[in-house]
Amino acid sequence: MEDYTILRQFADSWMLLVLFAFFTGVVIWVFRPGATKEYQDTANIPFRHQDKPATSQEARK
Amino acid sequence: MSNYIKLIALGLVTLFAAIGTNYARDLAYQVHAILVMLIAGGLFIWTLRNTEEPDILVDRSGEYMDGVIRYGVIATAFWGVVGFLAGTFIAFQLAFPVLNFEWAEGYLNFGRLRPLHTSAVIFAFGGNALIATSFYVVQRTSAARLWGGNLAWFVFWGYQLFIVLAATGYLLGGTQSKEYAEPEWYVDLWLTIVWVAYLAVFLGTIVKRKEPHIYVANWFYLAFIVTIAMLHLVNNMTLPVSIWGSKSVIVWSGVQDAMIQWWYGHNAVGFFLTAGFLGMMYYFIPKQAERPVFSYKLSIIHFWALIFLYIWAGPHHLHYTALPDWASTLGMVFSVVLWMPSWGGMINGLMTLSGAWDKLRTDPVIRMMVISVGFYGMSTFEGPMMSIRAVNSLSHYTDWTIGHVHSGALGWNGMITFGALYFLVPVLWKRERLYSLQMVSWHFWLATIGIVLYAASMWVTGIMEGLMWREVDANGFLVNSFADTVAAKFPMYVVRALGGVLYVTGALIMCYNLWMTVRRAPAKEASLTVAVPAE
Repeated sequence: MEDYTILRQFADSWMLLVLFAFFTGVVIWVFRPGATKEYQDTANIPFRHQDKPATSQEARK
Repeated sequence: MSNYIKLIALGLVTLFAAIGTNYARDLAYQVHAILVMLIAGGLFIWTLRNTEEPDILVDRSGEYMDGVIRYGVIATAFWGVVGFLAGTFIAFQLAFPVLNFEWAEGYLNFGRLRPLHTSAVIFAFGGNALIATSFYVVQRTSAARLWGGNLAWFVFWGYQLFIVLAATGYLLGGTQSKEYAEPEWYVDLWLTIVWVAYLAVFLGTIVKRKEPHIYVANWFYLAFIVTIAMLHLVNNMTLPVSIWGSKSVIVWSGVQDAMIQWWYGHNAVGFFLTAGFLGMMYYFIPKQAERPVFSYKLSIIHFWALIFLYIWAGPHHLHYTALPDWASTLGMVFSVVLWMPSWGGMINGLMTLSGAWDKLRTDPVIRMMVISVGFYGMSTFEGPMMSIRAVNSLSHYTDWTIGHVHSGALGWNGMITFGALYFLVPVLWKRERLYSLQMVSWHFWLATIGIVLYAASMWVTGIMEGLMWREVDANGFLVNSFADTVAAKFPMYVVRALGGVLYVTGALIMCYNLWMTVRRAPAKEASLTVAVPAE
């Protein structure tokens, strides 16, 4: 088989599956238990450290 | 030591450019060689004079690097006005062809000015806005100073040089004739260097972040930087005819070249004008509304859905061409599906205001941001519709496309950038507030009415000319000649140009307002350097 056909077959099957699974995985992961609380904290990032960088002591782990 | 390396490099570049000036095969290359020679020579002398000066090391790790962002804000406003003026002028050229002056033929006619306009607004105005805001946002959301020290300055000035080389090149005929990718090979190479530096600064800052999470705006900015690098490299695979000339030949041929061009072209829209600006939306709308984004979960799904889908939408630019049907169908389907994440993002932006809708009445800046998201929703509805093959058979090659592009560019990109500038200037210059909110209102209405005039006239003229082109009489002969459609479009062209005048007037009012904010608005007290809760 020439390169085009090989690549095309791969793209139409396994790669499509990988990409689709990855995306579904992201959606499921986003709704994992405990996510809401964590994302509340993340969504508030713009309201911290407005004027100067965090020092090493302030750094959040 | 590093100064000696710099001196050797700058000396070699100056020498090379001087030789290039002598051997140049065309005018664009010659002018660029002179320009590069002067800049590199000037930098050589400047570096020489500073060599052996004692290094004064100041520890600035305790503050953000805002100087380069201030320059970026000024450059954004400046290139914006230049790009809008060029656009308004070529709009009048289309309505009144006499404005293609005889004496400037070959330099200032529509064909030469049009890429100058598109590149000025997309890459100069939009690009500077993206670089400046991304530097601002990545520092604040990472709680870290920009990585790489003066590399950020190199990115800024290097990008300005790219803009000047591209713009002068177009006027002098140095173009590879690929839409939105017109600059010739040596300008492309320079942009590649600048872009890699940009990626390094951005990624380096994220790596040394003090927040455990990478805020969603940074994901969008990063997708924009990485994807634009990939698109730029693949679409500009050219072989220069001579190292002393601007002409180059692309390695792709035929329909592959067309497909790669529109894979690039549509993703320039998708990742430059959408992903990057969504990064702006996800930071500046919450900041201005003083409340976190409506749904952080939605923003993550929005991100992955958008970047997974956009990359496939390009073929809808090539309906009814030599491109295989399956490819253009694929592009069409992905374009229609793309509607979903686009509207997901729009809803996320708009609903951030839920519970604070009253701000729309009192704060013209948030009004600007909200209408920009509204225009984003409108143009991302119109786009998928126009990508459907049957609709495209009417809309393609007509002014409807131009209208669509401008409702996105003027409405979405322009308005969100104006909103970001109105937010940034008081913060960056440490002013208490903007000079005049009334002027922001004037800007808002002038720009909005300008866009409405623009989009409405282009819908009318686009659909009209599409229908006129396909009109046949009882015997199957075409009814209208091309010149008939041109004549019929005249009134709409005048309306469109007037819309442009309103838009550029609004931008000039903004420039005056921002200037006066820096000059006249009351300064923030020095004691307010500690973080204060949003007032």
